[in-house]
Amino acid sequence: MGPSAPYNPGMPDRPIKVLIAKPGLDGHDRGAKVLARGLRDEGFEVVYTGLRQTPEMVATAALQEDVDVVGLSILSGAHMTLVPRITKLLKDNGLDDVLVTVGGIIPDDDVGPLKDAGVAAVFGPGTTIASVAEFLRANARPRD
Amino acid sequence: MGESGTPRAADGATTLTQSAVAGDRRALARLLTAVENRTSIAEAALRELYPKAGRAHIVGITGPPGSGKSTLVAALIAAAREAGRAVAVVAVDPSSPITGGALLGDRVRMQSYADDRDVFIRSMASRGHAGGLASTTTAAAAVLDASGFDLVLIETVGTGQSEVEVAAAADTTVVLEAPEMGDEVQAIKAGLLEVADLVVVNKGDKPGALRTAAQLRAMLVPTVARGDAPEGRPSPKRPEVLVTTATSGEGVPELLAALDRHRTAARAGEATEPRRARALAQIRAVMADRLADRLREPALTSVADAVIDDVAEHRLDPYTAADRLLEAIGRVEA
Repeated sequence: MGPSAPYNPGMPDRPIKVLIAKPGLDGHDRGAKVLARGLRDEGFEVVYTGLRQTPEMVATAALQEDVDVVGLSILSGAHMTLVPRITKLLKDNGLDDVLVTVGGIIPDDDVGPLKDAGVAAVFGPGTTIASVAEFLRANARPRD
Repeated sequence: MGESGTPRAADGATTLTQSAVAGDRRALARLLTAVENRTSIAEAALRELYPKAGRAHIVGITGPPGSGKSTLVAALIAAAREAGRAVAVVAVDPSSPITGGALLGDRVRMQSYADDRDVFIRSMASRGHAGGLASTTTAAAAVLDASGFDLVLIETVGTGQSEVEVAAAADTTVVLEAPEMGDEVQAIKAGLLEVADLVVVNKGDKPGALRTAAQLRAMLVPTVARGDAPEGRPSPKRPEVLVTTATSGEGVPELLAALDRHRTAARAGEATEPRRARALAQIRAVMADRLADRLREPALTSVADAVIDDVAEHRLDPYTAADRLLEAIGRVEA
């Protein structure tokens, strides 16, 4: 059963679990909320942690929730500082199989270095929720 | 779950269980995922873990959406950490009945503990289960209990009047009310308030909080408290009513103390009956799961499909249909 199929009570299969977090200090969480809601409608289980997360908070939430995907929303321009720190913490905690994606305002020149830091995809303005969902379904770790 | 007896599942479960009990938080998180997904590993692990559980104080926090459950849980974490206790939280939010998706937003209020390994917060989607919990919440709480947490808080989905299942999962059930949410008649309706060991009026800084608490106190006094209850009828609970302001922490130490009092009283003697009732509820839940699993076996689905059609077309009544299915289950080897 795919994550977008209607829920079938009692099936041991489960939806893909995604953490949506906003690390750093910018207060613009509309995009993150819209995405969280959109992924919910695509059949994902979305853990939403809200604004002003430290990298440690993101890594702890990812570990405790055992998520398949960490989606980071950053509009402050601090992504080159925050994202590598988060991917390192995830790795240190044994979460290397977790898919990390970044959304927000990310200059093209930064996409390569972010991918080198372990980011699977960068979603800029105008990305549709359906395409994010499709990417996550195709690339999230296989679930046991 | 049919393969729970296989050596491989048992081995995987043992490794994960041992690591989780030894304090490996990643192993604990993965074990909880297995429990949530009802895998064969989970069942083997729970067989191992159950004897180790029973030490933690399991507290259910329930109440209407927006009454402040998550905020109160965050305040309780702070108070319990102050007292040096390790705290785990299972926070349940509803799954969409249409897509199966869920938005789990309870962590938003509980985030100041990223570096504290004695705080463990886990969100759960209800996954089609009614009653305020997921079908696996009780098992998840048992895993956290066995993993050494002193206090396990179960936060239900926002509840209405009758989602009383949490009372079967928790040692102590706290029902939250917000000020001015209803009159005295609401307080004497059957349902959620009847299972409360403690009633908390949260948002104590809002107008009307004290009046709401006074109304609840007046109305929740059992009518048979004077000793004239007929023999054998379970006597209604007589919950303490407290007022908290979770955002400021006002009243929260008092709530923690009340939780401790309830637990001490429950452990002292006469309270074996609630424990037996909870055990029965857990066994029934597993039996219901087992029954559902069996009905999905190929040998039984054909029987099931036939009687479902017959009932849908009113050729057969649901009682006879249920009897036929039970009889078929007894006949077909698992």
